[in-house]
Amino acid sequence: MSMSTNKSNWVVGIDVGGTFTDLIMLNVADATVSLAKVPTTTDNQAYGVVAALAAAGAKLPDLQVIVHGTTTTTNAILERKVAKVGLITTRGFRDSLELGRRTRPKPYGLTGSFIPLVPRELRLEVPERMDAEGEVVTPLDDAAVTSAVKDLVAKGCEALVIHFLHSYINPAHELRALEIARGLWPNDYITAGHQILSEYREYERGTTACVNAAVQPILARYIERLRSELREKGFTNDLLVMQGNGGTVSSGIVAEHAVNTVMSGPASGVMAAAYTASAAGYREVVTYDMGGTSTDVALIQAGVPTVSSELELEYAMPIHVPMVDVHTIGAGGGSIAFINQAGMLQVGPESAGATPGPICYGRGGQEPTITDANLILGRLNPDKLLAVDRPVSLSEVEAIILEKVGKPLGLDAIAAAAAILRVANDRMAGAIRMVSLARGHDPRDFVLFPFGGAGPLHAAALARELAIPKLLIPVRPGITNALGCVVADARHDYVNTVNKPLPALDIELVWTILEAQIAEGRATLAREGVAIEGMRILHFADMQFQGQSHILSLGLPQLKVSKEELQRLFEAAYWERFGVELPEIRAVLVNLHTAVIGLRPRLDLAVLARTDARAKNLQGALNGTRQVWFEGGVRETPIYQREKLPQDAAFTGPAVIEQLDCTTVIDPDNRVELDALGNLLVTV
Amino acid sequence: MSTTTVDPITLVVIQNGLNQVCNEMDLAFCRAAFSPVISEAMDRSDGIYHRDDGALIAQGELGLPVFVGTMQFSTQAVIARAKNVEPGDVFIVNDPYLGGTHLMDVRFVKPLFYQGKLFAWLANTGHWPDIGGMVPGGFSAHATESEQEGLRLPPVKLFKRGVIDEEILAIILSNIRIADQRIGDIKAQAAALAIGEKRLAALIDRYGAGTVDAAIAELRARAAQQMRAKIETIPDGTYEGHSIVDSDGVVDEPLLIRMKITKQGTGLTFDMSGSSPPCRGPMNSVIATTKSSIYLAMKHIFPDVPINAGTFEPLTIIEPEGTFLYAHYPRPVSGCAAEVSQRIAEAVFCALTRAIPDQLFAAPAGSSGNLALGGNDPKRNRSYVMYVISGGGYGGNPRGDGLSNGCSTIGISKTTPIEVMEQYYPVLFEEYSLHEGSGGAGEYRGGFGVNYTIRLRRGDARASMVMDHGRTGPLGALGGADGGVNKVRIERGGETYVPPHLSKDQDIVLHPGDRICVSTPGGGGFGDPLKRAPQRVAQDVARGYYTRDQAETAFGVILGTDGSVDAQRTGARRRES
Repeated sequence: MSMSTNKSNWVVGIDVGGTFTDLIMLNVADATVSLAKVPTTTDNQAYGVVAALAAAGAKLPDLQVIVHGTTTTTNAILERKVAKVGLITTRGFRDSLELGRRTRPKPYGLTGSFIPLVPRELRLEVPERMDAEGEVVTPLDDAAVTSAVKDLVAKGCEALVIHFLHSYINPAHELRALEIARGLWPNDYITAGHQILSEYREYERGTTACVNAAVQPILARYIERLRSELREKGFTNDLLVMQGNGGTVSSGIVAEHAVNTVMSGPASGVMAAAYTASAAGYREVVTYDMGGTSTDVALIQAGVPTVSSELELEYAMPIHVPMVDVHTIGAGGGSIAFINQAGMLQVGPESAGATPGPICYGRGGQEPTITDANLILGRLNPDKLLAVDRPVSLSEVEAIILEKVGKPLGLDAIAAAAAILRVANDRMAGAIRMVSLARGHDPRDFVLFPFGGAGPLHAAALARELAIPKLLIPVRPGITNALGCVVADARHDYVNTVNKPLPALDIELVWTILEAQIAEGRATLAREGVAIEGMRILHFADMQFQGQSHILSLGLPQLKVSKEELQRLFEAAYWERFGVELPEIRAVLVNLHTAVIGLRPRLDLAVLARTDARAKNLQGALNGTRQVWFEGGVRETPIYQREKLPQDAAFTGPAVIEQLDCTTVIDPDNRVELDALGNLLVTV
Repeated sequence: MSTTTVDPITLVVIQNGLNQVCNEMDLAFCRAAFSPVISEAMDRSDGIYHRDDGALIAQGELGLPVFVGTMQFSTQAVIARAKNVEPGDVFIVNDPYLGGTHLMDVRFVKPLFYQGKLFAWLANTGHWPDIGGMVPGGFSAHATESEQEGLRLPPVKLFKRGVIDEEILAIILSNIRIADQRIGDIKAQAAALAIGEKRLAALIDRYGAGTVDAAIAELRARAAQQMRAKIETIPDGTYEGHSIVDSDGVVDEPLLIRMKITKQGTGLTFDMSGSSPPCRGPMNSVIATTKSSIYLAMKHIFPDVPINAGTFEPLTIIEPEGTFLYAHYPRPVSGCAAEVSQRIAEAVFCALTRAIPDQLFAAPAGSSGNLALGGNDPKRNRSYVMYVISGGGYGGNPRGDGLSNGCSTIGISKTTPIEVMEQYYPVLFEEYSLHEGSGGAGEYRGGFGVNYTIRLRRGDARASMVMDHGRTGPLGALGGADGGVNKVRIERGGETYVPPHLSKDQDIVLHPGDRICVSTPGGGGFGDPLKRAPQRVAQDVARGYYTRDQAETAFGVILGTDGSVDAQRTGARRRES
């Protein structure tokens, strides 16, 4: 295979995760690939990005495009390291964003706290009011806006939010206030609520706008630093940034809607899963990304990841822009096992995190975790753990598991570790069911797509629990998010509220809104100036029965839908989800949503599977054997090196398949096949 | 350790499995339900009950807290009266005196047959937006007998062998308002039980009926063990607490709850004797609700204890015969689930702050703040009933200040957005703001309540309300001040009307342009306010939470003209206090 680097033929995906920054680099001309995994640099993620490029041997002038997934905005919100934001809002309502939706952090226990993104002294009110029909009740007081803007500038605010009631139906006051503020504000960081999200619900729209403003300067500075680092090294082509909707946006305009980059890492993993599974011929997928502290789960239907606009990033922090519907479960390799006061084994939700981490990381962890259990059961290779500071002997780990879990339950260390796995898998399977299959899907239609460092370690057990018949394990489970960057298309989403019962709906208005949303998307794609090969438009209708508060989102077959079609589609979707027919009640069209997708050049995933290492037969891929625990007992188990598996390999478990950053466990009697794209297909 | 035949790991797995069945019922009910009270306010609950005695086996984690334990009483009522129980039957019941709460909480109870034998009962509760009676929504402040509060259903089969009884349905729908949308809730409520039936049967298929039965018995014993371990942390002794209900809505006199908790060994005894006698108005509580309120208070104090019948075994509740906390037919009870239950919980909190202050908190606002506005919108030529439910401040606690605008103690619901209210009803909200100064002063202050003002835009309307804490604020703890009181004011035709009972009234006539102004309670303060860090008081003043005067009088902190702490004068002021 040639290693020539044809000029500007390299496409690079770089994903920053909690522990590692992953890179994948593909040469589209000669189908070569290069990978890197370096530690994430938390304070300035740009250093890790540059280090990853160096580790992969990238020559920056030769790169055609870099697609970057960053956690800068997610982390800024979670750690509250955000810009100083000022808010101008409708008179009488400055506290809406502090009072929230009258919730508490947990159903039981009357403690906990909430810190608003914008403190009260920076939330100012001006006389103005629209009603729910968009009629002016109180005209906007221009002078009051001017003085509020000046006041917030004087107080040292860096970003500004203008958030008025009912602006989703009539944005005139927000637009006028925006115009006034533009003349007075020292920079471009001004967010008008309806421009980020034109949906009703003042707390969610206002919070989404505040999140945007709070991270805008931070993202802008980060991207600017990164661009200049890359420019110094000779990179002058497109830098694209991943968004939570699973698509890319040009770094030149990313800060305008900075909120869209929140949760982009998990989204890009799901995009890669959809791309990989589709290429392998599977279109109904449950994705399962298990990491150190948490697990992300998403649903792919007909090859398309489910998108939702109802993310709650943390307690009372709704972000209602369309995003890939990723559900986070509080269970990961670091989840702690303990015996509670009832004498029962529990696993999680407390996690040892990265520090002190599992016992076996040698960072001072003294509580048994899922990773420790996997280790002493032989499912993980003690010599190949990635994150170890000080090697800890197996007997040390065993002793702690015996002491803290085994003795109280009357089990030896191995049985105790097996119990930890069983309880952990059981809990995870339950949580996965709640967010996917319990919503009206038949597990037999799906494949389970495990990735992340620990996904393929647990996938077989979970699939059995969930009654999903097949696993699809990609070539490089540990860099799936980076692959998502490489395969993602440019994508921009637009949502507008209609909120009309179908009988009263003017269907031409629906068409007008959808056409306007397309036009806006086209204009944005043009403004980005990124090379695309074509465009795809997706339309969705959010609907509900009158009097209901939950929304179902349905894909529309074409722009010019009729009312009858809307009714029919909704009834079918409702039946599928709930098994209930309600001919007595009228359907309401709540929102119209358009995704405008700029198609980037397709990539052939076969390049990922290409390697010079392949052995001629299975024996050649064998790395010895070891004692591994399975449900039926401990078995002497062959250990294979993933890259060495021969073309068209097909065999039956038990087996352990190892690669640099990931271990796959195949249960006894499960059938494994390697497909042409290098994926492992496991029949459970 | 015990005589169980279930291995400890299978036990955990079956426990998760039972919880999962309930969670899937919750999910199905909530997502398919019509009424926002169920789907958005999550005023519902699902659970599994023992075939013989109706004892609670498992309950969904996202069920409304006040239903902790109550459904076992109504399931018992069904067991006692059911004849010829067959697969596919679903009983409907809302009788408060048969293990219920108020009439709006409608329970469905369904037998689960496994291989032809009754294995368990599945039940759920949904709060229906209307159940007939003298006011829309059911919260009448003036009712003096049960019949005025709505339609009362003894346990009857609404579904027989899977088929809905159209005749019973017709009777129900003929007696409630907005009946056309109820069919959606009924289908959702029944569909949730069907899902529970399927999932529970799958669990039994997998582990065997004998093993699941043994696990259920063992889990009950373990939950009791866990609760006893928690109780052991409480020093032996008797602890007294109290709380006050403003009035019963009919007679303008306060009602007192006395709570004497005795801790001995690993058990707690709750004695409410000496509480006020039964009242004329709807603030009576039925015994199921009274017991459940104590259960939920303990669950708030020890949130990690699982919920099953074993959890409650170490709790002995002396039935408070002769008080308003043990009402018999036909005493009106609409206020018991929403208000009296929360006062009972506060009395428990109050008593236990004297025993284990480090695990407690000062009283939360504790009112659901029910307000109903009904009228006709001439522009749309449509009748409407608008409900507003409110939150308030939570109490300060040893780890921090109380939360502002928290949900009621017994609820987990979200507020309906103002932008949604104004789409449906002819009103304009003029204000939705933080109730300044309402957080009780303390080393850790209470959270703040909410002010809202609603202006009627079109047509005439009538307002009714059942709130509380208008007379006395939520109690402070360990030297903390009480939270601010609930306030209601009606501005009509240029005059101001304050309800005589402060927090309860009915059929207040409003014309276009008239306003309803409500301020909800703040939480109690925790610990001596003079110990609150002066910097935090200064920040509270900068944010407008308190005035400079309040900083001085309540916290002993004197601020300079620039808003910063005057350390010298503050020190002097705090020493002399």
